[in-house]
Amino acid sequence: MYDFPLIFRIPQPHTSRTPMALTREQIESIAALARLELSAAELPVYQTSLSSILEFVGALERADTASVTPMAHPLPGLSQRLRPDEVTEQDHHAEYQQNAPQTAAGLYLVPKVIE
Amino acid sequence: MRELHHIGLTGLAAGLRARRFSSVELAEAFLKRIEASQGTLNAFISVTRAQALSDAAAADRALAAGSGGALTGVPIAHKDLFCTAGVRTTCGSRMLDNFVSPYDATVVAKLKRAGAVMLGKTNMDEFAMGSSNETSYYGPVRNPWDQRLVPGGSSGGSAAAVAARLVPGATATDTGGSIRQPAALCGITGLKPTYGRVSRYGMVAFASSLDQGGVLTTSAADAALMLREMAGFDPHDSTSVEREVPDYVAELGAPLGGLRVGLLKEFFDKGLDPANEQRIREALKVFESLGAQLSEVSLPNLPLSVPVYYVVAPAECSSNLARFDGVRYGHRCENPRDLLDLYRRSRGEGFGAEVKRRIMTGTYVLSAGYYDAYYLKAQRVRQLISADFTRAFASVDVVIGPTTPTPAFAIGAKTSDPITMYLNDIYTIGANLAGLPGLSVPCGFAGELPVGLQIVGPHFSEARLLSAAHAFQGATDWHTRIPKGFA
Repeated sequence: MYDFPLIFRIPQPHTSRTPMALTREQIESIAALARLELSAAELPVYQTSLSSILEFVGALERADTASVTPMAHPLPGLSQRLRPDEVTEQDHHAEYQQNAPQTAAGLYLVPKVIE
Repeated sequence: MRELHHIGLTGLAAGLRARRFSSVELAEAFLKRIEASQGTLNAFISVTRAQALSDAAAADRALAAGSGGALTGVPIAHKDLFCTAGVRTTCGSRMLDNFVSPYDATVVAKLKRAGAVMLGKTNMDEFAMGSSNETSYYGPVRNPWDQRLVPGGSSGGSAAAVAARLVPGATATDTGGSIRQPAALCGITGLKPTYGRVSRYGMVAFASSLDQGGVLTTSAADAALMLREMAGFDPHDSTSVEREVPDYVAELGAPLGGLRVGLLKEFFDKGLDPANEQRIREALKVFESLGAQLSEVSLPNLPLSVPVYYVVAPAECSSNLARFDGVRYGHRCENPRDLLDLYRRSRGEGFGAEVKRRIMTGTYVLSAGYYDAYYLKAQRVRQLISADFTRAFASVDVVIGPTTPTPAFAIGAKTSDPITMYLNDIYTIGANLAGLPGLSVPCGFAGELPVGLQIVGPHFSEARLLSAAHAFQGATDWHTRIPKGFA
């Protein structure tokens, strides 16, 4: 029932004149990975707009970044701060579950996963 | 006495302490303005009248007892992506239409502690993704200067509310320009602080390496006061910076003489509307007359900031918005067949078109085989842009340019082509990519529409930006102009 792919891979189109243009199959595959249901009417809209976005961001190719380290944090020299491994939070599950669509006995309910 | 809504945040705080008016009077006066304009401007998603009046009454008791804080009794509004305990937080999305946060965002808690009274939650682009406030599930916000036009986005509700004097100040957030761009299009003052200056705890996340909370007010002095109460280290946000918060109000009077101002060469390009350029050039003369030294600086990689942003921001958005699964909170579809159907339909129904577009763009650029070409490449170019700013700040104290290429545009004018919409943020995105503070101040009009001037400084230079803007506002009166019909 689960279809989680081991690698998030989107199929390469067999023939593609412009490398940026996405096929309908690729859009379906992206939507499946992103867990988004798209209507038949939405597919071509995203096919056009995602293709044009990829073409637009394709401008990055022109930048010479041969010796540049990818930026990992917006502030230079800073990285993720760690805190001491101490319990600081209380149990709030009853409060949090008030926002849940369906719960029972303190558990979140979803459709049956295991047959 | 001037009408209450003509007095800014600082003046209202002082007036309350001097007991010239009560917090309940203020809340009533501003709530009346909010409710009267809701049908036209649509600036609010929730108006919390009863809570506001009871908080205002409590503020009046505190003021009577002489125990108030810096903002005790001052009415404000929060952008509807700051979590507010007991008051719904929608983030402009159907996905969170019924979401009531069990806790306050740190910004909300800090402003509450300072005594501010929340009047409501402002409209915004869905999940802060948009530059025109047209992607909101709750309908577009209208620009108070001309209701056929957009107020900018994503903090369009906060900006329209402050411009129309429905509140003297509002919180906002800026991921690619979402504070500065609507501030410019609505003729008010907007400050995006340095990344890490204001806690992101309890802000619904869009792009975590870019998101930063800030303020929208009518003047730099008011922004200084509000920021001082909002900023500071928060152990709940792992990217919050442990660094003392200066007294921005006390530092407002720093003289402008000798300030080295760099004109951003790349910002005065062919995309800049001639009327906007004219207003910026005139404003620069004012800075010069106040003693600033102008020179030109070039940031050669800056023109790539929009393409970098539209890889990095969607990538982070696709990860952040994976939490909306229809299981723990948020929208759930009817009668799911199985778990996968539950995920796909809940998300397909709960998210609007632009949010889905960005989730899918992000999913694509992070997928196997594309990660290096898009995401890592963008993070490398981001490093180049950041280095450009560092180089510029070796020779100038701040850089100045336009906030937006054009004044406000018509509702519907740019919705069909996402790239055209994305290019609205061409001058603002650079500061987000480099984590820098940026501020927009009104500097005149193109026809009937306000024009914004942007000042960007090095990390943690908020005090400098605010004092420069304060000096400019001491020499000009653009920030005191109020749209017709709201005076």
